Amino acid sequence: MRDRPPPPGTPPGPPPAAPRTAPTRRALLRAAGALGATAATGGLLTGCGTAIGQGFTGGAGPASKLDFWNPFTGGDGARMVEMERAYRERHPGIDLNATTFVWGDPYYTKLTLATLGDRPPQVAITHLSKIPTLAGAGLLREIGDDELAAQGMTADRFDERAWQKAHHDGALRAIPLDTHPFVLYVRTDIAKKAGLLGPGGALPDVDGPEEFLDALRAAKEVTGAWGCSIASTKDPSTCFRLFWSLYRQLGGQLVADEGQRVVIDMAAAEEAFAYVQRLTREKLVPTGVDSPGAITLLTSGRAGFLLDGVWQILAVQDAKVPFDMRPFPRIFREAAYACHADSHGLVLPKSPSEKAQRADTALEFVRSLLDASDAWAGGGHVPAWLPTQRSAAYRKLEPQSHYAAAADGAAYDPSAWYSGAGSSLHNRLGDVCASVLGGRTAPGRGAARMREELRELAATPSPL
Amino acid sequence: MLAPFGFFYLVFLIGPLLYLLVAGFFNTSLVKGGLGEWVGLENYRRAMSTEEFWTSLWHSMWFTVLTTVPLVLLALVLALLTDRFSQGRWFFRLAFFAPFVLPSSVISLMFMWIFADQIGLAQSWAKSLGSETPPSWLGDPDWAMLSIAAATVWWTIGFNFVIYLAALQEIPRDVHEAAALDGAGPWQRIRHVVVPMLGRATTLVTVLQLVASLKVFDQIYMMTGGGPDRATEPALLYVYNTGFTEGRVGYASTVSLVLFVVILLISLVWFALLRRTEKEG
Repeated sequence: MRDRPPPPGTPPGPPPAAPRTAPTRRALLRAAGALGATAATGGLLTGCGTAIGQGFTGGAGPASKLDFWNPFTGGDGARMVEMERAYRERHPGIDLNATTFVWGDPYYTKLTLATLGDRPPQVAITHLSKIPTLAGAGLLREIGDDELAAQGMTADRFDERAWQKAHHDGALRAIPLDTHPFVLYVRTDIAKKAGLLGPGGALPDVDGPEEFLDALRAAKEVTGAWGCSIASTKDPSTCFRLFWSLYRQLGGQLVADEGQRVVIDMAAAEEAFAYVQRLTREKLVPTGVDSPGAITLLTSGRAGFLLDGVWQILAVQDAKVPFDMRPFPRIFREAAYACHADSHGLVLPKSPSEKAQRADTALEFVRSLLDASDAWAGGGHVPAWLPTQRSAAYRKLEPQSHYAAAADGAAYDPSAWYSGAGSSLHNRLGDVCASVLGGRTAPGRGAARMREELRELAATPSPL
Repeated sequence: MLAPFGFFYLVFLIGPLLYLLVAGFFNTSLVKGGLGEWVGLENYRRAMSTEEFWTSLWHSMWFTVLTTVPLVLLALVLALLTDRFSQGRWFFRLAFFAPFVLPSSVISLMFMWIFADQIGLAQSWAKSLGSETPPSWLGDPDWAMLSIAAATVWWTIGFNFVIYLAALQEIPRDVHEAAALDGAGPWQRIRHVVVPMLGRATTLVTVLQLVASLKVFDQIYMMTGGGPDRATEPALLYVYNTGFTEGRVGYASTVSLVLFVVILLISLVWFALLRRTEKEG
């Protein structure tokens, strides 16, 4: 309900007629009663037009109204509001009604229940890792090539990996907006003191298992505290991202058949865990910091590196310290380069009628957001819209453009009803990884625990 | 007069409870409409054979033990001490009750700072007391629950304290005087006169406290999210995880119902025990 401008073309109504004489109490009461009655009938008559009216009647609402739901707060939220404003300016005839919910379960439960209850928004944001669940439950409208092309959106204009991930059962279910990989933040001043910067201030070469550890050791010598910080307290997702990035570089897979079969590669999992434990055994990485703490260690100069998602760029920038970013290092060479990533995409939740769906208006809005995705890129996300990703303006955007290549190695969550952003897979496997990182679980035991968790999840009846 | 209340009671309490009871026999899903398919006792069988269900139930009980004991005993001690002040009693009443007014989100944020690693107050206190490597209060599976329990005691002790203080003021002065005349010292007066006369307040405080502690959710959800390694996951968080994160509403309904019955049984048994000792007394 926020950010809703007054509908265009409605002049303020005439002021209510003022009583000529001083009103008596009874007259006032009567007037108030009449006013209430008018408001009530008026509300009933125009009920289909208001959000509350629609809630009760399930009506399609006026064709000019476009509901858009998103889970963006903070810096991302401010950018999204800016992008919505650009759309409103160009489409004054559309009443764009953008609603923001709290990220995570609160957002996805509302989106799911509104769609089941035939009152979905016309457009909504989702993580592409949630597509298997949402599309598997039949909540998302398929998006046809023709209607997409009518708005100038074709497959060749999107980042390939995100585009693939936006499909389910061979049909397109979402339009990718970005890719947000797990990356490496570098304090350039610390790296310089540690002798890690190459000629011209180029980023340190930290690829390879020993090379990365050497870089952390050098940084630790400068900071006197830590080499690199990683959030491991109350942040299972970050731990999962670390494990998944390493494990995918070893070529491992976790589950197959939409999560029904466990195919974990125990040797690879143990190797990835052994490396994770090397980071903490040498005290190069702290074991007890949460997400804000991990960022503070970097910005306060007590760690030279930070492994985290690109969306933390705003928090690091706010600290006004010299820093740079680069893709997650290539530690292992057993498989193609990989780093954990997810994407935001725009979906059209299934409406009860075409009239309520308003797919054309919705897609026009999506296109407008894509065109404005240079603003979105400022928040750290790599734009999936190639005209933006390949633009000169984006290439000049620093440090955002330095890690754009990470999108090519984007390793999404395995496809399963229990995977995706904030899912049980993240919570359970992330817990195991945090335990290994903290030295409470040995690598081999960690891999075995992971297999147990996966077997339990795979044996759980799917809600789909 | 009862009609409006009855209506809301029916629609918002009895109705959902019946739905919960029914959904527990179906594989109801959050991402699909309707109740789903009838699965009979499958959800119950699965819950009973799932380790996480039992550990989460145990965590709720453990949290209840960790909080109820100090929250009752400490509240009584504080009330007894405060009652001795003839002047300025309002100050202690306010001071001890004030934290109770704070919302759970506020105390969670406060204690997340206090318990934070490296920068938190709790670690620097531990260091000044001589501990060289203070534990990670919320990050160590052995300490996390204790830390949350300590925060909860600080937060909610005011409620029990106020009830005890009110009950203490109900005790007539003559009883104290009579006991003193009979030669009872201060400690004996507390032990044999005051505490027995607080019996009804104790029943109220302990039953309310048991129920409140068994349904702990807010502060754990915010402070640790059930971690580390699920060491602080209480039963209600398990319900939340299975119902909302995983979308298995039917199964989550079953677990909620079991939890409901457990809380009801514990409260009833406790209530009956207290009643009997009271009568014997």
